[in-house]
Amino acid sequence: MSHFSTLRLEGVARSFGAHRALAGLDLEISGGEFIALLGPSGCGKSTALNCLAGLLPLTGGAILLDGRRIDRLAPERRGFGMVFQNYALFPHMTVRGNVGFGLKMARVPKAEAARRVAEALELVHLADQAHKRPGQLSGGQQQRVAIARAIVLEPRLVLMDEPLSNLDAALRLEMRAEIRRLHQRLGLTTVYVTHDQEEALSLADRLVVLRDGRTQQIGTPEEVYATPANRYVASFMGYRTMLDATVVTGGERPLIEVAGTRLTGQDRDGLPAGARAAVAVRPEDLDVTEDAAGGGLPATVEVVEYHGRELAVQARLADGQSVHFRTGSRLAPDDGVRLAAPPERVLVFAPDDTPVPASAAARPAART
Amino acid sequence: MSAADAGGAPPGHAGSGPGAAGGPPPPAPAHTGGRPALRHRLAERGVDRTLLLAAPGVLFLVVLFCYPLLYGVGLSFQPQKGGGALANYRRFFGDPYLRGTIWTTLRLAVPAALVNCLAAVPVAFRTRAPFRGRRLVTTLLVMPITLGTVLTAEGLLGYLGPNGWFNKALLGIGLVDHPLDLVHNYWGVLASLVITGFPFSYLLTLSYLTGIDPSLEQAAATLGAARRHRFRYILLPLLAPGLAITFCLSFVLAFAVFPSAQLVGDPRGSTHVISIEAYQAAFQSFDYSMGSAIAMIMAAVMLAVVAIVLAWRSLLYRGATGGKG
Amino acid sequence: MADVVRRPGGARDTGEPGEPARRWYRRPGNWVAVVVFGFFFVNLAGIIGVPLADSLGTRWFTSWLPDGWTTKWYGSAWREFSLGQVFWTTALVAVLVVAVSVVIGVTSAYALARRGFPGKKAVMLLFLLPILVPPLTYGIPLATVLYKFHLAGTLTGVVLANLVPSVPFVVLTMTPFIEQIDPRIEAAARMCGARTRSVMLRVLAPLLVPGILAASVLVLVRTVGMFELTFLTAGPESQTLVVALYYAVFSAGIRTQQSIDAMAVMYTGSMLVLLVIALRFVNLTQLVTRVREETPRQPGDG
Repeated sequence: MSHFSTLRLEGVARSFGAHRALAGLDLEISGGEFIALLGPSGCGKSTALNCLAGLLPLTGGAILLDGRRIDRLAPERRGFGMVFQNYALFPHMTVRGNVGFGLKMARVPKAEAARRVAEALELVHLADQAHKRPGQLSGGQQQRVAIARAIVLEPRLVLMDEPLSNLDAALRLEMRAEIRRLHQRLGLTTVYVTHDQEEALSLADRLVVLRDGRTQQIGTPEEVYATPANRYVASFMGYRTMLDATVVTGGERPLIEVAGTRLTGQDRDGLPAGARAAVAVRPEDLDVTEDAAGGGLPATVEVVEYHGRELAVQARLADGQSVHFRTGSRLAPDDGVRLAAPPERVLVFAPDDTPVPASAAARPAART
Repeated sequence: MSAADAGGAPPGHAGSGPGAAGGPPPPAPAHTGGRPALRHRLAERGVDRTLLLAAPGVLFLVVLFCYPLLYGVGLSFQPQKGGGALANYRRFFGDPYLRGTIWTTLRLAVPAALVNCLAAVPVAFRTRAPFRGRRLVTTLLVMPITLGTVLTAEGLLGYLGPNGWFNKALLGIGLVDHPLDLVHNYWGVLASLVITGFPFSYLLTLSYLTGIDPSLEQAAATLGAARRHRFRYILLPLLAPGLAITFCLSFVLAFAVFPSAQLVGDPRGSTHVISIEAYQAAFQSFDYSMGSAIAMIMAAVMLAVVAIVLAWRSLLYRGATGGKG
Repeated sequence: MADVVRRPGGARDTGEPGEPARRWYRRPGNWVAVVVFGFFFVNLAGIIGVPLADSLGTRWFTSWLPDGWTTKWYGSAWREFSLGQVFWTTALVAVLVVAVSVVIGVTSAYALARRGFPGKKAVMLLFLLPILVPPLTYGIPLATVLYKFHLAGTLTGVVLANLVPSVPFVVLTMTPFIEQIDPRIEAAARMCGARTRSVMLRVLAPLLVPGILAASVLVLVRTVGMFELTFLTAGPESQTLVVALYYAVFSAGIRTQQSIDAMAVMYTGSMLVLLVIALRFVNLTQLVTRVREETPRQPGDG
């Protein structure tokens, strides 16, 4: 199958009655890229994938492959491969039959088909299971069959719908590496749907963060991780501490006040002085400061969890808001601490109930 | 409470449970003396007081199903007119008229079951996805269940009769010159069997069909399988075991045809089915022994056909756990 | 590929969920379905229409429709066949069968759903056979036995005979239903201090109500429609509607055709009411799917 240079999604939308599952997704994918669609369940990521696969007709927008519209093609005529969340292996066929099914449909000569099936099974380390039925395989093996089945046709685009969500933690890590390895080796363009930010960050070249059917941010893992576009993306990318604050002086490095203490942060939404703000900090960016002069945010330790080399601590500020941080120093509940973070790691967003000016995102009514 | 569900105990008649206790379990434990030992022994085999709940049902069927059946078998070997244990069976298979009832019945039941199954597949396919009016359509398709054999018979007699609407319509559009002879013969009974049997095969087929994971079809589509290939390679193989069961059940239903053969058919001739013979022997000649013998033959023939179909089915893939077990 | 090239449709297809596909009429399978459905439905309409028209007509010989219309046949059928008595018997039999089969069936189903024990397969087979074997086959020996114990011809005999397929039916529909109720819910109730009685009444019963309702309605429909077993075991005083109807037709000569048709229409009418009620409570397709799960096990290792 030929590869392509660009796949363009123009305002791809899908409604179910009055419910807009996906509201105008714009995305340009270049050949060989690994894209992750990231968001919680119900954010429209699976809808987007099904629209791309052709399993769900669009209710708006267009999909163009190198300038040619493909959104009205039936799924079997798009030449995309798909790995389903529940694998959707044909239970009545052997592993070999499953993997060879697409080749059979494409009328690939028997000898060549057998060779390619064997290669694909080799690639996913299942050569010795070829005669078994899916029901006789473990979850991880079924997963590999599903992947082999999707890639044996060397499709222009591989779609993966939360392929690791049915596996246990250890296996998930292993298969994640496997998927990354296959992508590096075969260079197949991949669109990967997941709700797990870690999975998305570790696998993808670019991330698309979705919420309620709307795009929140598109960017490389570094961009999305370090500079989330809004409060929502931040909370999704592991900024666990989310504090109500007031802007004291505006600007790129605004001075903000949290629970009576002033901090310097990094402005993300262009907030003026006096505005209410939401401050997002990651647990690993906050730490106990030894500055006896009174710098940092005073807090009282509430819960301490032992995490091996460091402790995960939940503490409470003077006004009752809770903060999360990690520290190497020994702490016990009721200890008083002062917390500080580098200004560029303290992100200042507009609060959730006011419209976000920067990106036309987040529905005002929906709170997390 | 109780119960360690230990397997591996010797198979036995555990179904009826510990007969000693009898009746539903009393709520209070309070046992004395040697009782606990017995309880532990039974619990080891997965038998505990919860199992006693099954006792009434099992007992009921043993008394009202197994016993009559065995009694019938016994009775069939004690001919009323003497002549040795096998006299009834010898008489049945010796008399071409009696013997012929098997063929007469098969000739009705097999085509009826086939027609029902084959017609059910496309209709079930069409109605499996939700669409506007689906509820109405399925209700209409299932409606003949309510007709009962008698109204069906009356309707068929009037509708397919020489002066009925069907023949009038055919004559009207000039398809035939004479009214077709469709009642009081084979065709009337077949029509009745199809009308009453179709809803069941439709419902069964539909439920088997909706039981197939839709993502399998989607997976096949993303692998390049067009609609008819998806049907041929994915749905049909997965549906086939269910169709075999559907066929068996429609066959069993049709094989016992009794009222319609009497009413719409030609009960003395071409639709003298085996159940009529059994009924007449038992309740008109009052030869219960012969009646039972014929009922047993009927059951045997039926089970033979079912066994053939199920043997074929066992060659197919079935169940999600793989293997042909 | 011999595949027909699927042209992208002119107008956007936004309707049916599923696939952006050819219009329905361009698929041969749909044509077959429509023809089958049409044929079935036209004939069904005819089959129902003829007795209906006849029961409402004054005289009807060879014309398309009766000469005139009247409802007198319903009154005369009611008197002639003493239908008041027949309906009462039918209702009584049906209610008794439903009540007894639910009590016996649900308890058995609970035991089967919650316990694995040696010989379970045999017990399942025992519950499956009365459904698989047509009633006439075991009905004849059963009637013989009932005659022996002087139960045939009585209401008790009719109820007992009808229970034979009904109890297994309840068991087979309720077993999967109970299996899908997490046993940990019961365990949790016990850990909260509930005794067996309270677990049954306060925890299980409310969860089982939908299943019991569904099973009851279906048993009701089956019992009212059950011809063979009732026919074999009923006496003149214990006939249900189906059987009375059969006798009316069978001894036709002396009766007027129209009143028989009127009676058949009344039977179908009441069955239709029951079916509509049943469809309100039960998703019939799901129910068969549940039954199905039990069905394939039986012949497999036999």
